[in-house]
Amino acid sequence: MSLAYYPGCTLKTKARNLEEPAVASLEALGYELEEITRWNCCGAAYSLADDDLIHQVAPVRNLVRVKESGMSQMVTLCAVCLNTLKRANLVMKADEEKRNTINSFMDEEPDYDGEVSVVHLLEVLRDEIGWETLSEKVRRPLHDLRIAAYYGCTLLRPKDVAIDDEANPTILRDFLTALGATPVEFPEFARCCGSYQVMSDPDGISEYARVIFDSALSHGAEALVLTCPLCDYDLGRGQQVLMKKDNSFRGMPMFYFTQLLALALGLGSEVCHFELNHGDPESLLRAKKLLS
Amino acid sequence: MAVTVSPKRTRRRFVSKVRELSGQNLQLCYQCGMCAGNCPSAGRMDISPRQIIELARLGLDEEIAESKTVWTCASCLACTVNCPRGFDLSKVMEAIRLLTLRTNRDHVRPEDISQQERCDLPQIAMVSGFRKFTG
Amino acid sequence: MIVEEKKSDRAQAAGKEPEQSAVKLIPVYVMGKRYEVPEGFTIMKAMEYAGYRFIRGCGCRGGTCGACGTVYRKPGDYKIQVALACQKTVEPDMYITQMPFFPVNRASYEFSDLTSAPEEVFKLYPELFRCVACNACSKACPQGVEVMDAIAALKRGDISEAARLSFECIQCGLCTSRCFGELAQYHMFQLARRIYGARILVRAEHLADMVKAVDQGKYDGILNELKNMKEDELKELYKQREVEPVSAGENWQPEDTRYL
Repeated sequence: MSLAYYPGCTLKTKARNLEEPAVASLEALGYELEEITRWNCCGAAYSLADDDLIHQVAPVRNLVRVKESGMSQMVTLCAVCLNTLKRANLVMKADEEKRNTINSFMDEEPDYDGEVSVVHLLEVLRDEIGWETLSEKVRRPLHDLRIAAYYGCTLLRPKDVAIDDEANPTILRDFLTALGATPVEFPEFARCCGSYQVMSDPDGISEYARVIFDSALSHGAEALVLTCPLCDYDLGRGQQVLMKKDNSFRGMPMFYFTQLLALALGLGSEVCHFELNHGDPESLLRAKKLLS
Repeated sequence: MAVTVSPKRTRRRFVSKVRELSGQNLQLCYQCGMCAGNCPSAGRMDISPRQIIELARLGLDEEIAESKTVWTCASCLACTVNCPRGFDLSKVMEAIRLLTLRTNRDHVRPEDISQQERCDLPQIAMVSGFRKFTG
Repeated sequence: MIVEEKKSDRAQAAGKEPEQSAVKLIPVYVMGKRYEVPEGFTIMKAMEYAGYRFIRGCGCRGGTCGACGTVYRKPGDYKIQVALACQKTVEPDMYITQMPFFPVNRASYEFSDLTSAPEEVFKLYPELFRCVACNACSKACPQGVEVMDAIAALKRGDISEAARLSFECIQCGLCTSRCFGELAQYHMFQLARRIYGARILVRAEHLADMVKAVDQGKYDGILNELKNMKEDELKELYKQREVEPVSAGENWQPEDTRYL
């Protein structure tokens, strides 16, 4: 079965370790991720101003591409892309005045009124494939791997685009359980990594990371699972800064959820591109005999 | 912090612009501080998120302009989802940022980002940073 | 000013009676002023007819140098149209202004230091990430380049795709003049094409072999022979040459294969 797929810019460069294991895993599960044609950057940070329509144009254009291809659903792997695309889609669905303005501005494109649904790959795994089926396909259970289920912001906020209950999400816990890992739930599961603040204060980003890592560590996690390349960068960089500054700080490896998926499905580690991860995820995997 | 409050100030264009851009009724806030308590950036701010609302509705835009708070907000919406009054502070932060950015004054200048950072930062950070810090 | 209005008698074209020539004159507006110019003229010719003398904004007159980017609007249409002044013929009542130059950021770099990494573009043009995909650039391209798509390719680090999509770019700068994000698209594309050409494009081995053969003097003998021939002999040789038949297949070879 074929799924319309929106990658996002970073997945083509620094976050190939998010994309490539997903493509390979879905193939193993009998699905094909079909990259939409002529896609452009979604804009990453959703505009929060009521009168700002120009920043809705980029995400809507991508939704138009999906509509043109005759597909009704589009899958993303990046949590930020999901958020921005889904919120722009809501505007096109629910706000007639803005919809008309945007459609008439984009007069070179067919009209769009929110007919495509935007979903995250985790939702496909939960709602279409199902945790039970997924766990049956696991060839290399991630036994004895204690992983903190870190959601960050954009999978859960705001509520109208959240993929799960904002206060008590279970989707990552269930995902990790299906792969045979031990999910670690911790209070800072949805605390912001600092997001775009890394641009104005690159090393100051470590203050956000400290709270998240300390919380995950104190709840017994050995690693963190991620769905977003910006979380990956901010937490990875923050962790490096902290380790340099503070001898007592202990960080932990971070994995994209798709890397854990590929690993558990028994795929070769070459699709996971661990060399792009921050820290040293491979040592942990070797210690757990999940990697030779 | 001592501030001078007057009805003339609260009727300033600044207040109506913030209301208009954010779509928020500034009078909804009852200053409980839940936003500040949930804000992951609060420790890095000089004025707390709660105070921003109060200053905004009193029309004290100079005080807000001197503060780095709105530029320290990461738009994570922790305030928004936890507000007992259903008030969306993230949209007020954005409105105040835009009032500066729309006068063609950038908070971060692309040319000031070091060559090393331009290579290191992932595209997602560059795009979102420019969205929030340049006009 | 990019053009100078020459106060010659021809500059009075607006008031000139059409009986002086058989050509039909049509009205156009150059920077808001009405002139009557011969139908069928290009915008550039028409402006010269009206008395403008180009000291900038004019180059090859053949549609390839990109110096004469022009913006115009037709009556009853809100749309801004673009053209090259040397290519587009005037239409009645068109409002014309030239946009041959636009002050943009052109990064300076030492090309030999550049690799094929996407970050090379990010480093030199970080404002790339201010694109909002409004598509004003593609709409403003007189060459039909999908400018927005090429920018999208650069943002995701696909230098090859950006080079391919921007191949027809003549660097007129009209995209930049319309850009919401203040990007210098055409300079970014030139960088992309340079990187693509020098660092990504696979070299043709047979070409390298041939260059080597030339270097080693494979053709020195025949060249010297030709140089020393008399004109009549050369003409005769030319007449006698073997011509590839129109219907020749891919494997066709001349009878004399010494120089292949």
